[in-house]
Amino acid sequence: MTNRQIRDFKEKSMKSLFFIGGVGTIFVLILICLFLFTETLNFFKTYDFIEFVTGFEWKPGTNPAQYGLLPLLAGTLIVTGGAIILAVPIGILSAIYIAESSGPKTAEILKSSVEFLAGIPSVVLGFFGLIILVPAIQSAFDLTTGQTALTGSVILAIMALPTIISISEDAISAVPAPLKQGSFALGANRWQTIYKVIIPAAFSGISAAIILGIGRAVGETMAVMMVTGNMAIIPGSELFLSSVRTITATIALEMGETAKGTEHYYALFAVGAVLFILTLGINLVADAVKKKQRAGV
Amino acid sequence: MSTTQLKNAFSFENAVKLGAGTDYENRAEFENAIGVYTEEKNENAIQIENLNLWYGKHQALKNISMDIPKNKVFSFIGPSGCGKSTFLRTMNRMNDMIQDCRIEGKIIIDDEEIYSRETDVTDLRKRVGMVFQKANPFPMSIYENVAYGPKIHGVSKKEIPSIVEESLKAAALWDEVKDRLKSPALSLSGGQQQRLCIARTLAVKPEIILFDEPCSALDPISTGKIEELMTELKKKYTIIIVTHNMQQATRISDYTAFFLSGELIVSGKTAQIFENPQDKRTEGYITGRFG
Repeated sequence: MTNRQIRDFKEKSMKSLFFIGGVGTIFVLILICLFLFTETLNFFKTYDFIEFVTGFEWKPGTNPAQYGLLPLLAGTLIVTGGAIILAVPIGILSAIYIAESSGPKTAEILKSSVEFLAGIPSVVLGFFGLIILVPAIQSAFDLTTGQTALTGSVILAIMALPTIISISEDAISAVPAPLKQGSFALGANRWQTIYKVIIPAAFSGISAAIILGIGRAVGETMAVMMVTGNMAIIPGSELFLSSVRTITATIALEMGETAKGTEHYYALFAVGAVLFILTLGINLVADAVKKKQRAGV
Repeated sequence: MSTTQLKNAFSFENAVKLGAGTDYENRAEFENAIGVYTEEKNENAIQIENLNLWYGKHQALKNISMDIPKNKVFSFIGPSGCGKSTFLRTMNRMNDMIQDCRIEGKIIIDDEEIYSRETDVTDLRKRVGMVFQKANPFPMSIYENVAYGPKIHGVSKKEIPSIVEESLKAAALWDEVKDRLKSPALSLSGGQQQRLCIARTLAVKPEIILFDEPCSALDPISTGKIEELMTELKKKYTIIIVTHNMQQATRISDYTAFFLSGELIVSGKTAQIFENPQDKRTEGYITGRFG
Protein backbone atom coordinates (compact mmCIF):
# COMPACT_ATOMS: atom_id res chain seq x y z
CA MET A 1 0.00 0.00 0.00
CA THR A 2 1.18 3.47 -0.72
CA ASN A 3 1.43 6.07 2.00
CA ARG A 4 -1.64 7.71 0.70
CA GLN A 5 -3.68 4.51 0.85
CA ILE A 6 -2.56 3.91 4.42
CA ARG A 7 -3.59 7.44 5.33
CA ASP A 8 -6.99 7.00 3.71
CA PHE A 9 -7.48 3.69 5.46
CA LYS A 10 -6.63 5.25 8.81
CA GLU A 11 -9.00 8.12 8.13
CA LYS A 12 -11.84 5.77 7.19
CA SER A 13 -11.36 3.43 10.12
CA MET A 14 -11.33 6.34 12.58
CA LYS A 15 -14.48 7.65 11.00
CA SER A 16 -16.28 4.32 11.34
CA LEU A 17 -15.10 3.98 14.94
CA PHE A 18 -16.66 7.32 15.85
CA PHE A 19 -19.76 6.40 13.88
CA ILE A 20 -20.18 3.13 15.78
CA GLY A 21 -19.72 4.95 19.06
CA GLY A 22 -22.35 7.54 18.21
CA VAL A 23 -24.89 5.17 16.70
CA GLY A 24 -24.33 2.61 19.46
CA THR A 25 -25.73 5.02 22.05
CA ILE A 26 -28.83 5.66 19.98
CA PHE A 27 -29.22 1.92 19.38
CA VAL A 28 -29.16 1.17 23.12
CA LEU A 29 -31.69 3.92 23.71
CA ILE A 30 -34.04 2.51 21.08
CA LEU A 31 -33.72 -1.00 22.52
CA ILE A 32 -34.56 0.19 26.03
CA CYS A 33 -37.57 2.15 24.79
CA LEU A 34 -38.84 -0.81 22.79
CA PHE A 35 -38.44 -3.14 25.73
CA LEU A 36 -40.07 -0.75 28.18
CA PHE A 37 -43.06 0.00 25.99
CA THR A 38 -43.77 -3.61 24.81
CA GLU A 39 -43.79 -4.78 28.42
CA THR A 40 -46.04 -1.84 29.30
CA LEU A 41 -48.44 -2.77 26.51
CA ASN A 42 -48.53 -6.33 27.87
CA PHE A 43 -49.83 -4.90 31.14
CA PHE A 44 -52.74 -3.16 29.46
CA LYS A 45 -53.80 -6.45 27.81
CA THR A 46 -55.06 -7.62 31.18
CA TYR A 47 -55.49 -4.38 33.15
CA ASP A 48 -57.68 -1.45 32.16
CA PHE A 49 -55.70 1.67 31.23
CA ILE A 50 -58.19 4.10 32.75
CA GLU A 51 -58.27 2.13 35.97
CA PHE A 52 -54.45 2.33 36.09
CA VAL A 53 -54.30 6.04 35.50
CA THR A 54 -57.14 6.96 37.85
CA GLY A 55 -56.74 4.25 40.50
CA PHE A 56 -56.33 5.36 44.09
CA GLU A 57 -55.00 2.05 45.39
CA TRP A 58 -51.72 0.30 44.73
CA LYS A 59 -52.34 -3.16 46.21
CA PRO A 60 -50.53 -5.90 44.26
CA GLY A 61 -51.22 -8.44 47.05
CA THR A 62 -55.01 -8.27 47.22
CA ASN A 63 -57.37 -10.38 45.14
CA PRO A 64 -58.10 -8.97 42.62
CA ALA A 65 -54.87 -6.95 42.67
CA GLN A 66 -55.16 -3.18 42.31
CA TYR A 67 -52.61 -1.20 40.35
CA GLY A 68 -53.60 2.45 40.79
CA LEU A 69 -50.92 4.91 39.66
CA LEU A 70 -52.10 7.92 41.65
CA PRO A 71 -50.60 7.20 45.10
CA LEU A 72 -47.19 6.55 43.54
CA LEU A 73 -47.40 9.61 41.30
CA ALA A 74 -48.52 11.68 44.28
CA GLY A 75 -45.58 10.35 46.28
CA THR A 76 -43.10 11.26 43.55
CA LEU A 77 -44.63 14.70 43.01
CA ILE A 78 -44.81 15.65 46.65
CA VAL A 79 -41.26 14.57 47.45
CA THR A 80 -39.93 16.30 44.34
CA GLY A 81 -42.05 19.39 44.94
CA GLY A 82 -40.72 19.69 48.46
CA ALA A 83 -37.18 19.30 47.16
CA ILE A 84 -37.73 22.12 44.65
CA ILE A 85 -39.10 24.44 47.33
CA LEU A 86 -36.01 23.81 49.42
CA ALA A 87 -33.32 23.61 46.76
CA VAL A 88 -34.26 26.40 44.33
CA PRO A 89 -33.87 29.41 46.62
CA ILE A 90 -30.75 28.03 48.31
CA GLY A 91 -29.26 26.99 44.97
CA ILE A 92 -29.85 30.31 43.22
CA LEU A 93 -28.63 32.36 46.15
CA SER A 94 -25.41 30.39 46.39
CA ALA A 95 -24.91 30.56 42.61
CA ILE A 96 -25.23 34.36 42.77
CA TYR A 97 -22.87 34.48 45.71
CA ILE A 98 -20.26 32.34 43.95
CA ALA A 99 -20.50 34.22 40.66
CA GLU A 100 -20.89 37.78 41.86
CA SER A 101 -20.11 38.40 45.49
CA SER A 102 -17.41 36.07 46.70
CA GLY A 103 -13.71 36.65 46.14
CA PRO A 104 -11.90 34.36 43.72
CA LYS A 105 -10.56 32.15 46.52
CA THR A 106 -13.90 31.70 48.26
CA ALA A 107 -15.51 31.00 44.89
CA GLU A 108 -12.96 28.28 44.20
CA ILE A 109 -13.54 26.63 47.56
CA LEU A 110 -17.31 26.82 47.16
CA LYS A 111 -17.23 25.42 43.64
CA SER A 112 -15.11 22.47 44.72
CA SER A 113 -17.43 21.75 47.64
CA VAL A 114 -20.40 21.81 45.29
CA GLU A 115 -18.66 19.28 43.05
CA PHE A 116 -17.82 17.22 46.09
CA LEU A 117 -21.47 17.27 47.15
CA ALA A 118 -22.41 15.96 43.70
CA GLY A 119 -19.98 13.11 44.17
CA ILE A 120 -21.55 11.70 47.33
CA PRO A 121 -23.26 8.38 46.45
CA SER A 122 -26.99 8.47 46.98
CA VAL A 123 -26.89 5.47 49.32
CA VAL A 124 -24.62 7.41 51.62
CA LEU A 125 -27.04 10.33 51.60
CA GLY A 126 -29.87 7.89 52.29
CA PHE A 127 -27.94 6.45 55.16
CA PHE A 128 -27.28 9.91 56.55
CA GLY A 129 -30.99 10.64 56.17
CA LEU A 130 -32.01 7.46 57.95
CA ILE A 131 -29.68 7.90 60.90
CA ILE A 132 -29.74 11.68 61.38
CA LEU A 133 -32.72 13.22 59.60
CA VAL A 134 -35.40 10.65 60.31
CA PRO A 135 -35.06 10.83 64.12
CA ALA A 136 -34.63 14.60 63.95
CA ILE A 137 -37.84 15.09 61.98
CA GLN A 138 -39.68 12.59 64.14
CA SER A 139 -38.88 14.50 67.31
CA ALA A 140 -39.20 17.94 65.75
CA PHE A 141 -42.77 17.35 64.56
CA ASP A 142 -43.66 14.81 67.23
CA LEU A 143 -44.52 12.04 64.76
CA THR A 144 -44.81 8.28 65.11
CA THR A 145 -42.21 7.91 62.37
CA GLY A 146 -39.71 10.32 60.88
CA GLN A 147 -39.86 8.57 57.52
CA THR A 148 -41.86 11.19 55.69
CA ALA A 149 -42.10 12.99 52.37
CA LEU A 150 -40.32 15.92 54.01
CA THR A 151 -37.34 13.74 54.89
CA GLY A 152 -37.18 12.60 51.26
CA SER A 153 -37.46 16.20 50.08
CA VAL A 154 -34.54 17.32 52.22
CA ILE A 155 -32.34 14.51 50.90
CA LEU A 156 -33.41 15.15 47.32
CA ALA A 157 -32.80 18.88 47.76
CA ILE A 158 -29.24 18.11 48.81
CA MET A 159 -28.87 15.96 45.70
CA ALA A 160 -30.38 18.55 43.34
CA LEU A 161 -28.34 21.43 44.74
CA PRO A 162 -25.08 20.75 42.87
CA THR A 163 -26.91 20.68 39.53
CA ILE A 164 -28.84 23.86 40.28
CA ILE A 165 -25.82 25.72 41.66
CA SER A 166 -23.30 24.81 38.99
CA ILE A 167 -25.56 25.40 36.00
CA SER A 168 -26.99 28.68 37.34
CA GLU A 169 -23.50 29.82 38.26
CA ASP A 170 -22.37 29.17 34.68
CA ALA A 171 -25.32 31.16 33.35
CA ILE A 172 -24.68 34.06 35.73
CA SER A 173 -20.96 34.15 34.99
CA ALA A 174 -21.76 34.14 31.27
CA VAL A 175 -23.59 37.48 31.52
CA PRO A 176 -21.30 39.83 29.56
CA ALA A 177 -19.18 42.18 31.67
CA PRO A 178 -20.19 45.25 29.59
CA LEU A 179 -23.80 44.76 30.73
CA LYS A 180 -22.78 44.88 34.37
CA GLN A 181 -20.52 47.87 33.72
CA GLY A 182 -23.37 49.62 31.91
CA SER A 183 -25.49 49.22 34.99
CA PHE A 184 -22.77 50.36 37.39
CA ALA A 185 -22.00 53.33 35.17
CA LEU A 186 -25.60 54.50 35.58
CA GLY A 187 -25.08 54.56 39.31
CA ALA A 188 -26.70 51.24 40.13
CA ASN A 189 -25.31 49.43 43.16
CA ARG A 190 -24.32 45.78 43.20
CA TRP A 191 -27.68 44.48 44.40
CA GLN A 192 -29.65 46.48 41.82
CA THR A 193 -27.34 45.23 39.11
CA ILE A 194 -27.73 41.61 40.19
CA TYR A 195 -31.47 41.82 40.62
CA LYS A 196 -32.38 43.92 37.58
CA VAL A 197 -29.73 43.12 34.99
CA ILE A 198 -27.82 39.93 35.76
CA ILE A 199 -30.67 37.66 36.83
CA PRO A 200 -32.97 38.65 33.93
CA ALA A 201 -30.06 38.17 31.49
CA ALA A 202 -29.28 34.73 32.94
CA PHE A 203 -32.92 33.81 33.40
CA SER A 204 -33.19 31.01 30.90
CA GLY A 205 -29.95 29.44 32.11
CA ILE A 206 -31.22 29.55 35.68
CA SER A 207 -34.53 28.01 34.60
CA ALA A 208 -32.67 25.23 32.81
CA ALA A 209 -30.67 24.62 36.00
CA ILE A 210 -33.84 24.31 38.04
CA ILE A 211 -35.48 21.96 35.56
CA LEU A 212 -32.43 19.72 35.35
CA GLY A 213 -32.26 19.70 39.14
CA ILE A 214 -35.88 18.55 39.22
CA GLY A 215 -35.07 15.92 36.61
CA ARG A 216 -32.41 14.53 38.86
CA ALA A 217 -34.75 14.52 41.86
CA VAL A 218 -37.61 12.77 40.06
CA GLY A 219 -35.49 9.82 39.02
CA GLU A 220 -33.69 9.32 42.32
CA THR A 221 -34.43 5.98 43.97
CA MET A 222 -32.20 4.69 46.69
CA ALA A 223 -31.93 7.60 49.09
CA VAL A 224 -35.63 8.34 48.81
CA MET A 225 -36.57 4.73 49.41
CA MET A 226 -34.53 4.72 52.59
CA VAL A 227 -36.18 7.72 54.21
CA THR A 228 -39.76 8.13 53.00
CA GLY A 229 -41.44 5.14 54.69
CA ASN A 230 -42.75 3.68 51.42
CA MET A 231 -46.45 3.70 52.22
CA ALA A 232 -48.42 3.74 48.97
CA ILE A 233 -51.01 6.24 50.13
CA ILE A 234 -52.10 9.61 48.87
CA PRO A 235 -50.97 12.09 51.52
CA GLY A 236 -53.88 13.69 53.35
CA SER A 237 -53.79 16.78 55.49
CA GLU A 238 -50.35 15.96 56.88
CA LEU A 239 -48.99 16.51 53.36
CA PHE A 240 -45.21 16.64 53.77
CA LEU A 241 -45.30 14.85 57.11
CA SER A 242 -47.01 11.78 55.70
CA SER A 243 -45.21 8.63 54.65
CA VAL A 244 -45.15 8.27 50.87
CA ARG A 245 -43.91 5.88 48.25
CA THR A 246 -42.39 7.15 45.03
CA ILE A 247 -42.54 5.50 41.60
CA THR A 248 -38.86 4.68 41.71
CA ALA A 249 -39.03 3.13 45.16
CA THR A 250 -41.99 0.98 44.11
CA ILE A 251 -40.11 -0.53 41.21
CA ALA A 252 -36.97 -1.10 43.23
CA LEU A 253 -38.87 -2.67 46.14
CA GLU A 254 -41.21 -4.91 44.23
CA MET A 255 -39.28 -6.00 41.15
CA GLY A 256 -37.31 -8.57 43.16
CA GLU A 257 -40.39 -10.34 44.45
CA THR A 258 -42.41 -10.63 41.28
CA ALA A 259 -42.28 -13.55 38.91
CA LYS A 260 -41.49 -12.70 35.32
CA GLY A 261 -44.55 -12.55 33.09
CA THR A 262 -47.09 -11.89 35.83
CA GLU A 263 -49.45 -8.95 35.78
CA HIS A 264 -47.57 -7.38 38.71
CA TYR A 265 -44.33 -7.65 36.72
CA TYR A 266 -45.88 -5.84 33.77
CA ALA A 267 -47.50 -3.28 36.07
CA LEU A 268 -44.06 -2.25 37.29
CA PHE A 269 -43.01 -1.66 33.69
CA ALA A 270 -46.08 0.51 33.16
CA VAL A 271 -45.11 2.58 36.19
CA GLY A 272 -41.56 2.75 34.84
CA ALA A 273 -42.90 4.05 31.51
CA VAL A 274 -44.72 6.83 33.36
CA LEU A 275 -41.47 7.84 35.05
CA PHE A 276 -39.67 7.71 31.72
CA ILE A 277 -42.22 10.03 30.12
CA LEU A 278 -42.00 12.36 33.10
CA THR A 279 -38.20 12.72 32.95
CA LEU A 280 -38.19 12.86 29.15
CA GLY A 281 -40.65 15.75 29.31
CA ILE A 282 -38.53 17.54 31.90
CA ASN A 283 -35.39 17.14 29.81
CA LEU A 284 -37.13 18.38 26.67
CA VAL A 285 -38.29 21.50 28.50
CA ALA A 286 -34.77 22.06 29.84
CA ASP A 287 -33.38 21.69 26.33
CA ALA A 288 -35.83 24.18 24.90
CA VAL A 289 -35.03 26.68 27.62
CA LYS A 290 -31.28 26.26 27.09
CA LYS A 291 -31.66 26.82 23.37
CA LYS A 292 -33.52 30.01 24.12
CA GLN A 293 -30.57 31.10 26.27
CA ARG A 294 -28.15 30.47 23.43
CA ALA A 295 -30.34 32.44 21.04
CA GLY A 296 -29.85 35.34 23.44
CA VAL A 297 -33.51 36.22 23.82
CA MET B 1 -1.77 90.08 20.11
CA SER B 2 -1.53 87.01 22.34
CA THR B 3 -4.15 85.98 24.87
CA THR B 4 -1.90 87.01 27.74
CA GLN B 5 -1.35 90.45 26.26
CA LEU B 6 -5.09 90.81 25.80
CA LYS B 7 -5.73 89.75 29.37
CA ASN B 8 -3.20 92.28 30.64
CA ALA B 9 -4.70 95.02 28.52
CA PHE B 10 -8.12 94.43 30.10
CA SER B 11 -6.88 93.87 33.65
CA PHE B 12 -7.97 95.89 36.65
CA GLU B 13 -4.36 96.98 37.20
CA ASN B 14 -4.14 98.36 33.70
CA ALA B 15 -7.48 100.10 34.11
CA VAL B 16 -6.21 101.79 37.30
CA LYS B 17 -3.04 102.82 35.49
CA LEU B 18 -5.08 104.33 32.70
CA GLY B 19 -7.32 106.11 35.20
CA ALA B 20 -10.45 104.15 34.24
CA GLY B 21 -10.19 102.16 37.49
CA THR B 22 -11.54 105.07 39.50
CA ASP B 23 -15.00 104.43 38.09
CA TYR B 24 -15.10 101.14 39.99
CA GLU B 25 -14.98 100.47 43.72
CA ASN B 26 -12.95 97.26 43.46
CA ARG B 27 -11.62 94.56 41.21
CA ALA B 28 -14.78 92.42 41.34
CA GLU B 29 -16.99 95.29 40.27
CA PHE B 30 -14.59 96.11 37.46
CA GLU B 31 -14.34 92.59 36.22
CA ASN B 32 -18.08 92.17 36.47
CA ALA B 33 -18.62 95.26 34.32
CA ILE B 34 -16.00 94.32 31.77
CA GLY B 35 -16.98 90.67 31.79
CA VAL B 36 -13.59 89.42 30.77
CA TYR B 37 -12.48 87.02 33.45
CA THR B 38 -15.80 86.30 35.05
CA GLU B 39 -16.68 84.03 32.19
CA GLU B 40 -13.58 81.98 32.73
CA LYS B 41 -14.06 81.62 36.47
CA ASN B 42 -15.24 78.20 37.70
CA GLU B 43 -15.36 77.18 34.14
CA ASN B 44 -13.76 73.85 34.79
CA ALA B 45 -15.97 70.81 35.10
CA ILE B 46 -13.15 68.58 36.29
CA GLN B 47 -9.77 69.33 37.78
CA ILE B 48 -7.16 66.60 37.87
CA GLU B 49 -4.13 67.03 40.10
CA ASN B 50 -1.08 64.76 40.09
CA LEU B 51 -2.99 61.64 39.24
CA ASN B 52 -1.08 58.36 39.33
CA LEU B 53 -2.59 54.94 38.75
CA TRP B 54 -1.11 51.48 39.07
CA TYR B 55 -2.40 48.10 37.95
CA GLY B 56 -0.46 45.91 40.35
CA LYS B 57 3.14 46.99 39.74
CA HIS B 58 2.52 48.49 36.32
CA GLN B 59 2.06 52.24 36.41
CA ALA B 60 -0.63 53.05 33.87
CA LEU B 61 -0.98 56.79 34.54
CA LYS B 62 1.92 59.03 35.44
CA ASN B 63 1.44 62.25 37.33
CA ILE B 64 -1.35 63.71 35.23
CA SER B 65 -2.66 67.21 35.95
CA MET B 66 -5.17 68.95 33.76
CA ASP B 67 -8.47 70.80 33.73
CA ILE B 68 -11.52 69.82 31.76
CA PRO B 69 -13.57 72.89 30.78
CA LYS B 70 -17.32 72.96 31.12
CA ASN B 71 -19.66 72.55 28.17
CA LYS B 72 -16.94 71.66 25.73
CA VAL B 73 -15.99 68.50 23.91
CA PHE B 74 -12.59 67.29 25.08
CA SER B 75 -10.96 64.46 23.19
CA PHE B 76 -8.25 62.13 24.45
CA ILE B 77 -6.02 60.69 21.78
CA GLY B 78 -3.00 58.42 21.80
CA PRO B 79 -1.90 54.95 20.73
CA SER B 80 -3.49 51.80 22.23
CA GLY B 81 -2.37 51.15 25.77
CA CYS B 82 -1.38 54.75 26.42
CA GLY B 83 -3.77 54.99 29.34
CA LYS B 84 -6.41 57.28 27.86
CA SER B 85 -9.31 54.90 28.54
CA THR B 86 -7.95 54.17 32.01
CA PHE B 87 -7.78 57.91 32.63
CA LEU B 88 -11.35 58.34 31.40
CA ARG B 89 -12.51 55.63 33.77
CA THR B 90 -10.93 57.30 36.78
CA MET B 91 -13.46 60.10 36.43
CA ASN B 92 -16.46 57.96 37.28
CA ARG B 93 -14.43 55.53 39.35
CA MET B 94 -15.06 52.59 37.05
CA ASN B 95 -11.55 51.38 37.87
CA ASP B 96 -12.76 50.65 41.40
CA MET B 97 -13.98 47.28 40.18
CA ILE B 98 -10.57 46.23 38.95
CA GLN B 99 -8.55 44.33 41.49
CA ASP B 100 -5.02 45.53 42.25
CA CYS B 101 -5.83 48.98 40.89
CA ARG B 102 -4.32 51.74 43.04
CA ILE B 103 -4.85 55.46 42.57
CA GLU B 104 -3.04 58.49 43.97
CA GLY B 105 -3.74 62.14 43.35
CA LYS B 106 -6.88 64.20 43.15
CA ILE B 107 -9.83 64.50 40.83
CA ILE B 108 -12.17 67.32 41.71
CA ILE B 109 -15.68 67.56 40.34
CA ASP B 110 -18.08 70.19 41.71
CA ASP B 111 -15.60 71.09 44.45
CA GLU B 112 -15.65 67.50 45.58
CA GLU B 113 -12.60 65.31 45.71
CA ILE B 114 -14.09 62.17 44.18
CA TYR B 115 -11.58 59.71 45.64
CA SER B 116 -12.21 60.88 49.20
CA ARG B 117 -13.96 58.59 51.61
CA GLU B 118 -17.12 60.65 51.82
CA THR B 119 -17.82 60.34 48.10
CA ASP B 120 -20.91 58.35 47.25
CA VAL B 121 -19.83 56.44 44.14
CA THR B 122 -23.43 55.85 43.10
CA ASP B 123 -24.12 59.57 43.17
CA LEU B 124 -20.86 60.32 41.36
CA ARG B 125 -21.76 57.96 38.52
CA LYS B 126 -25.15 59.61 38.31
CA ARG B 127 -23.39 62.93 37.72
CA VAL B 128 -20.71 61.48 35.47
CA GLY B 129 -22.35 59.26 32.86
CA MET B 130 -20.52 56.88 30.58
CA VAL B 131 -21.03 55.50 27.07
CA PHE B 132 -18.96 52.45 26.21
CA GLN B 133 -17.02 51.33 23.18
CA LYS B 134 -19.48 48.64 22.25
CA ALA B 135 -23.16 49.42 22.68
CA ASN B 136 -24.33 47.51 25.73
CA PRO B 137 -28.10 47.84 25.98
CA PHE B 138 -29.70 45.66 28.63
CA PRO B 139 -31.67 42.66 27.35
CA MET B 140 -35.00 44.41 27.94
CA SER B 141 -37.28 46.71 25.95
CA ILE B 142 -36.16 50.05 24.53
CA TYR B 143 -38.35 51.84 27.06
CA GLU B 144 -37.06 49.81 30.01
CA ASN B 145 -33.47 50.51 29.02
CA VAL B 146 -33.97 54.24 29.30
CA ALA B 147 -36.19 53.94 32.37
CA TYR B 148 -33.61 51.81 34.17
CA GLY B 149 -31.49 54.68 35.48
CA PRO B 150 -34.31 56.88 36.77
CA LYS B 151 -35.95 53.83 38.35
CA ILE B 152 -32.88 52.80 40.35
CA HIS B 153 -32.46 56.36 41.52
CA GLY B 154 -36.01 56.36 42.81
CA VAL B 155 -37.61 58.80 40.39
CA SER B 156 -41.39 58.67 40.82
CA LYS B 157 -43.28 56.49 38.36
CA LYS B 158 -45.30 59.39 36.98
CA GLU B 159 -42.22 61.22 35.76
CA ILE B 160 -40.55 58.29 34.03
CA PRO B 161 -42.46 58.27 30.71
CA SER B 162 -41.62 61.93 30.08
CA ILE B 163 -37.96 61.38 31.05
CA VAL B 164 -37.79 58.47 28.61
CA GLU B 165 -39.25 60.57 25.82
CA GLU B 166 -36.99 63.57 26.54
CA SER B 167 -33.89 61.39 26.69
CA LEU B 168 -34.69 59.55 23.47
CA LYS B 169 -35.35 62.87 21.77
CA ALA B 170 -32.09 64.31 23.05
CA ALA B 171 -30.27 61.26 21.73
CA ALA B 172 -31.94 61.76 18.32
CA LEU B 173 -33.54 58.34 18.51
CA TRP B 174 -37.14 59.17 19.37
CA ASP B 175 -38.47 59.35 15.82
CA GLU B 176 -37.00 55.99 14.95
CA VAL B 177 -38.34 54.12 17.97
CA LYS B 178 -41.43 55.95 19.21
CA ASP B 179 -43.75 53.34 17.69
CA ARG B 180 -41.92 50.37 19.14
CA LEU B 181 -40.81 51.33 22.61
CA LYS B 182 -41.84 47.92 23.87
CA SER B 183 -39.69 45.93 21.46
CA PRO B 184 -36.37 44.50 22.63
CA ALA B 185 -33.42 46.88 22.58
CA LEU B 186 -31.29 44.21 20.95
CA SER B 187 -33.49 44.39 17.84
CA LEU B 188 -32.07 47.83 17.06
CA SER B 189 -29.13 48.37 14.71
CA GLY B 190 -25.64 48.96 16.12
CA GLY B 191 -25.82 52.73 15.69
CA GLN B 192 -29.30 52.88 17.18
CA GLN B 193 -28.16 50.76 20.13
CA GLN B 194 -25.33 53.21 20.78
CA ARG B 195 -27.74 56.15 20.69
CA LEU B 196 -30.00 54.20 23.04
CA CYS B 197 -27.05 53.89 25.41
CA ILE B 198 -26.59 57.66 25.15
CA ALA B 199 -30.29 58.17 25.89
CA ARG B 200 -29.96 55.81 28.85
CA THR B 201 -27.10 57.92 30.17
CA LEU B 202 -28.99 61.20 29.62
CA ALA B 203 -31.98 59.82 31.53
CA VAL B 204 -30.15 60.05 34.85
CA LYS B 205 -29.42 63.72 34.13
CA PRO B 206 -25.62 63.77 34.33
CA GLU B 207 -23.41 66.86 34.14
CA ILE B 208 -20.52 65.16 32.44
CA ILE B 209 -20.61 62.36 29.86
CA LEU B 210 -17.62 60.14 29.20
CA PHE B 211 -17.47 58.48 25.78
CA ASP B 212 -15.05 55.58 25.48
CA GLU B 213 -14.45 55.17 21.73
CA PRO B 214 -18.19 55.30 21.10
CA CYS B 215 -17.98 54.98 17.33
CA SER B 216 -15.26 52.38 16.91
CA ALA B 217 -17.82 49.65 16.16
CA LEU B 218 -20.06 51.79 13.95
CA ASP B 219 -20.39 52.53 10.26
CA PRO B 220 -19.67 56.06 8.94
CA ILE B 221 -23.32 57.08 8.81
CA SER B 222 -24.01 56.07 12.40
CA THR B 223 -20.74 57.70 13.41
CA GLY B 224 -21.84 60.93 11.73
CA LYS B 225 -25.12 60.87 13.67
CA ILE B 226 -23.33 60.41 16.96
CA GLU B 227 -20.83 63.17 16.23
CA GLU B 228 -23.66 65.53 15.34
CA LEU B 229 -25.33 64.54 18.57
CA MET B 230 -22.24 65.34 20.63
CA THR B 231 -22.01 68.82 19.17
CA GLU B 232 -25.62 69.27 20.23
CA LEU B 233 -25.08 67.72 23.68
CA LYS B 234 -22.17 69.98 24.64
CA LYS B 235 -24.61 72.86 25.07
CA LYS B 236 -25.88 71.13 28.18
CA TYR B 237 -23.16 68.69 29.15
CA THR B 238 -19.41 68.50 29.44
CA ILE B 239 -18.18 65.83 27.09
CA ILE B 240 -14.99 63.83 27.15
CA ILE B 241 -14.35 61.38 24.34
CA VAL B 242 -11.59 58.84 23.89
CA THR B 243 -11.01 58.26 20.20
CA HIS B 244 -8.58 56.56 17.86
CA ASN B 245 -9.86 58.60 14.99
CA MET B 246 -7.89 61.83 14.45
CA GLN B 247 -10.45 63.22 12.03
CA GLN B 248 -13.12 62.63 14.63
CA ALA B 249 -11.09 64.51 17.22
CA THR B 250 -10.63 67.48 14.88
CA ARG B 251 -14.25 67.45 13.75
CA ILE B 252 -15.97 67.44 17.09
CA SER B 253 -13.66 68.47 19.89
CA ASP B 254 -12.82 71.90 21.23
CA TYR B 255 -9.89 70.60 23.25
CA THR B 256 -7.55 67.67 22.78
CA ALA B 257 -5.11 65.88 25.04
CA PHE B 258 -2.45 63.53 23.73
CA PHE B 259 -1.27 60.62 25.88
CA LEU B 260 1.72 58.35 25.49
CA SER B 261 2.75 55.49 27.81
CA GLY B 262 0.64 56.80 30.67
CA GLU B 263 1.89 60.36 30.38
CA LEU B 264 -0.01 63.45 29.33
CA ILE B 265 2.19 64.84 26.56
CA VAL B 266 0.15 67.87 25.64
CA SER B 267 -3.31 69.28 26.12
CA GLY B 268 -4.93 72.34 24.66
CA LYS B 269 -7.22 73.73 21.98
CA THR B 270 -7.77 71.13 19.29
CA ALA B 271 -6.87 73.48 16.47
CA GLN B 272 -3.60 74.36 18.12
CA ILE B 273 -2.60 70.77 18.74
CA PHE B 274 -3.37 69.56 15.27
CA GLU B 275 -2.24 72.52 13.23
CA ASN B 276 0.81 73.47 15.19
CA PRO B 277 2.02 70.50 17.25
CA GLN B 278 4.85 71.65 19.51
CA ASP B 279 5.98 68.19 20.52
CA LYS B 280 7.72 65.80 18.12
CA ARG B 281 5.85 62.79 19.51
CA THR B 282 2.49 64.48 19.11
CA GLU B 283 3.33 65.44 15.58
CA GLY B 284 4.45 61.89 14.82
CA TYR B 285 1.23 60.43 16.13
CA ILE B 286 -1.23 62.80 14.52
CA THR B 287 0.48 62.60 11.17
CA GLY B 288 0.28 58.82 11.37
CA ARG B 289 3.98 58.04 11.64
CA PHE B 290 3.33 55.79 14.66
CA GLY B 291 0.43 54.68 16.80
